[in-house]
Amino acid sequence: MKASNAQWKGQLGSQIPNQLGAELDVFEHEIALKQQGKIEDRVFAETRLRRGAYGQRYDNGQRADGKATRTLNYPSTNTKGPGTLWDAPGMQRIKIPFGGLNASRLEMLADLCEEYSDGIAHVTTRQDFQLHYIHIEDTPTIMRRLASVGITTREACGNSVRNVTACPIAGVCREQSFDVTPYARAIAYFMLGHPDAQAFGRKFKIAFSGCKENACGLVRLHDFGAIAVTRKTGGETRRGFELWVGGGLGPVPQQAKLYDEFVPEEEILPVAQAIGRVFAQLGEKKNRNTARLKFLVSKLGIVEFKRLVQAEREILQHDPRWTAYLKDIPTSAELPLKSPALLQIEPVFPHGFERWRATNVYTQLQPGYATVTIALPLGDITASQLRLVADLSRRYVRETIRSTVEQNLVLRWVSEADLPALFTDLERGHLASPVAGTVVDVASCPGTDTCKLGIASSRGLAGELRVRLAEKGAELDESIRGLRIKISGCFNSCGQHHVADLGFYGVSRNKNGYTVPHFQVVLGGEWTNNAGAYGLAIGAVPSKRIPETVDRITGRYVAERAPSETFQAFIKRIGKTECKKMIEEFTAVPRHDEDPSFYSDWGDPREFTLGDIGVGECAGEVIAPIDFELVACEREVFEAQLKLESGDIPQAAAMAYESMLHGALALLRVKHLPVESGADNIVEGFRKHFFDTELFFDPFVRGKFAQDLFKAHENAGQPRTLETTHQLIEEAQLFIEACFSCYARISAAPVMAPA
Amino acid sequence: MIDPNTVQHVNVKVFLKEPQALNLADVVPIFHRWIREGFLQEMLVDVADYRHVEAGPGVLLIGHEANYSLDNRENRLGLLYNRKASLDGTFQERLSQAYRAAIAACDRLEQEDIFRGILKFDRDTLDVFVNDRLLAPNTEESWQGLRGELEAFFQGFAIERQGEPRDLFRVAVTRR
Repeated sequence: MKASNAQWKGQLGSQIPNQLGAELDVFEHEIALKQQGKIEDRVFAETRLRRGAYGQRYDNGQRADGKATRTLNYPSTNTKGPGTLWDAPGMQRIKIPFGGLNASRLEMLADLCEEYSDGIAHVTTRQDFQLHYIHIEDTPTIMRRLASVGITTREACGNSVRNVTACPIAGVCREQSFDVTPYARAIAYFMLGHPDAQAFGRKFKIAFSGCKENACGLVRLHDFGAIAVTRKTGGETRRGFELWVGGGLGPVPQQAKLYDEFVPEEEILPVAQAIGRVFAQLGEKKNRNTARLKFLVSKLGIVEFKRLVQAEREILQHDPRWTAYLKDIPTSAELPLKSPALLQIEPVFPHGFERWRATNVYTQLQPGYATVTIALPLGDITASQLRLVADLSRRYVRETIRSTVEQNLVLRWVSEADLPALFTDLERGHLASPVAGTVVDVASCPGTDTCKLGIASSRGLAGELRVRLAEKGAELDESIRGLRIKISGCFNSCGQHHVADLGFYGVSRNKNGYTVPHFQVVLGGEWTNNAGAYGLAIGAVPSKRIPETVDRITGRYVAERAPSETFQAFIKRIGKTECKKMIEEFTAVPRHDEDPSFYSDWGDPREFTLGDIGVGECAGEVIAPIDFELVACEREVFEAQLKLESGDIPQAAAMAYESMLHGALALLRVKHLPVESGADNIVEGFRKHFFDTELFFDPFVRGKFAQDLFKAHENAGQPRTLETTHQLIEEAQLFIEACFSCYARISAAPVMAPA
Repeated sequence: MIDPNTVQHVNVKVFLKEPQALNLADVVPIFHRWIREGFLQEMLVDVADYRHVEAGPGVLLIGHEANYSLDNRENRLGLLYNRKASLDGTFQERLSQAYRAAIAACDRLEQEDIFRGILKFDRDTLDVFVNDRLLAPNTEESWQGLRGELEAFFQGFAIERQGEPRDLFRVAVTRR
């Protein structure tokens, strides 16, 4: 697409490491071969994904424009993956191990987002950067230019080891056991392209945290999460890691299991390699919905999993890279640019400085230094802002910049005396918003803006909440100022809604003959303690009423909280029934002719749709029995949650299972299919008419939700643990969501006009 | 000195006379309608909304060959035509194409019901960019290579090179 693509290769040749340059040549050849039709779609898709070149919404050439779904007439009919058109814009994900940046990298990101994207670089919830609206033919040049500043996009997507994340304040944190940065860096480059990490059935995510209590590393939601710990042996302090495995969010969130309380530092890389081998050998390959490590750990049990990993570890051939980096740790720590100096009390600080300092400045372990957070709205930053941050990182610190999982940037090692001047400089670039770590700093995945999987507009909602909460500014009660709001556009949880105080994920509901964007409200999640607890959904609210819902929930917390009671403790104390009552009045959807705004999403004036769904004639006047039946199923799932909360595991499991059966039955009825009573008959009928026909299939996870029903049926009546019941309830919730979607598809089929 | 005829990806930004008169939220449904009704010559794909970013790219109408946007970089609101696909011909032809496309989009926006009589573009105050640092870095050499071409096209206008070396090659064009 860019006329200069051919010239960049020659221009950058000597600045790119040979091996990486050769890999990029291969990728460029693969693009050429795909254009000649010599590579299969599926093979090419995985090839580009492993280079971080992702698909984007509408890349199947279809786009609903608010009136109808229309074909986008791209010039080329070639494809870059199954159902993915060659010319359709895509997303380029850029891995930034442990969020480690420097001035040159920021300047390169600035150039790339300006020249190839839409002028915005987006920081993700896993410390990556993303550029949107990228043309596939530009990607080798983008990758070469990134390689020239030491960045690789290799394995940024696909079934591989994704970006290795770590606390953005590692090394300067007051609570850390030790700096995890060198370990995060070492494992990132050790596992990159490692032969034992090439045959996974799904992605594999690694995180490091310097302490147990804080959230920065979010270790417990990762496949491989390492918390820094020390142990005294014979008068010597040894470094190691408390290792957690098999965590993950997605449709079926699971907390990681403790693998070992102490893996010595010299063992962390070989253990990661051994886990990779076990995952590659025994992990699911055919069904990607059960292919994450969490499913393997659950299936085997942590004891057996550990035994297999240890056995694998014992036969690993020694690799000097396992420990080579350790000798450099004492001399590899970051250095400040300036001498430490405490902030002088000046007669007058710049306007707004003290408010910004209260939220955006972290006093480092090292006296006289601070880490400054640059809060980015929805993780977005412009090219000129990136250049400004690059300049400031040279002026005030030694280019010590990191991205964060809260979609922000931090500047580390700022001499405290420089804070007022830095604040003024940041303000000049609109980068001094005093909201870091507050309720205003809403995190969100891309959602329907650009993601193929998005159901509702997570960014639209995040933007709206951000504006409303910022407007309240000083009026916001202190107790809610520090709450976290996180939003995902769908159940896949890229916005990490499960670990927020107030989490939301996009769903849809069929109301009055239209599809209406909604968000499930998720309460009870714990951000601290490395994502210590996952919240559960309490009900779906129309998108347009989420701001009122937030006001109601936070207002009640302010009014009724006990002294020092956390939000999570408050939610637990009042219980789910009360929580549900709080949101009930916001669940009503006015008729389309009364208020059409409910039928479009935040920031998107098009009438909401789930793709090609249309509205049948006369459907507006009919409320089908299934509308009531599926709402009843939702209620049953909710009641299952209440049972779980009260400790009645068998009843909770039974109710969750029943809700799934009732959902299946409701769909069979809507198709007027005769069904005999009894669970076996319902499941068989459902299998025959909805699974085998693929009528129930979700466009992306295919038959996963139906398989959850089959599994629940198979295990009905078996003893369950708290954890497996929690999981069953999650599956039941998603099965009911899938029933709603399936019904929307069925009801959107053309209706014959009366003769 | 660079050969002007090798330069592609010419961008033109036309500034607004009274930027405070424009609520960017009003542009979002208009761009969606332009996609639906196929108003412009390029193939249009999507709308990207960055109103939440101060002094940012504003609201963009993403196309296959080019993007149109109400761009607010440097807090200077204007209609930006960003040519992405290469074009045959000379630099003059590419500049002319970008200029005409930008002006046509300004005309259309001004004629939208909601903006009629309110929204006014200043066709005498423009920026011209080259969105490719390799073909035209923001250097004296590029300026010398393109200056004659720009002056020939924008007769009666003052043309001044803008920005620092890291920026895209950019000139400010104002009627004398």
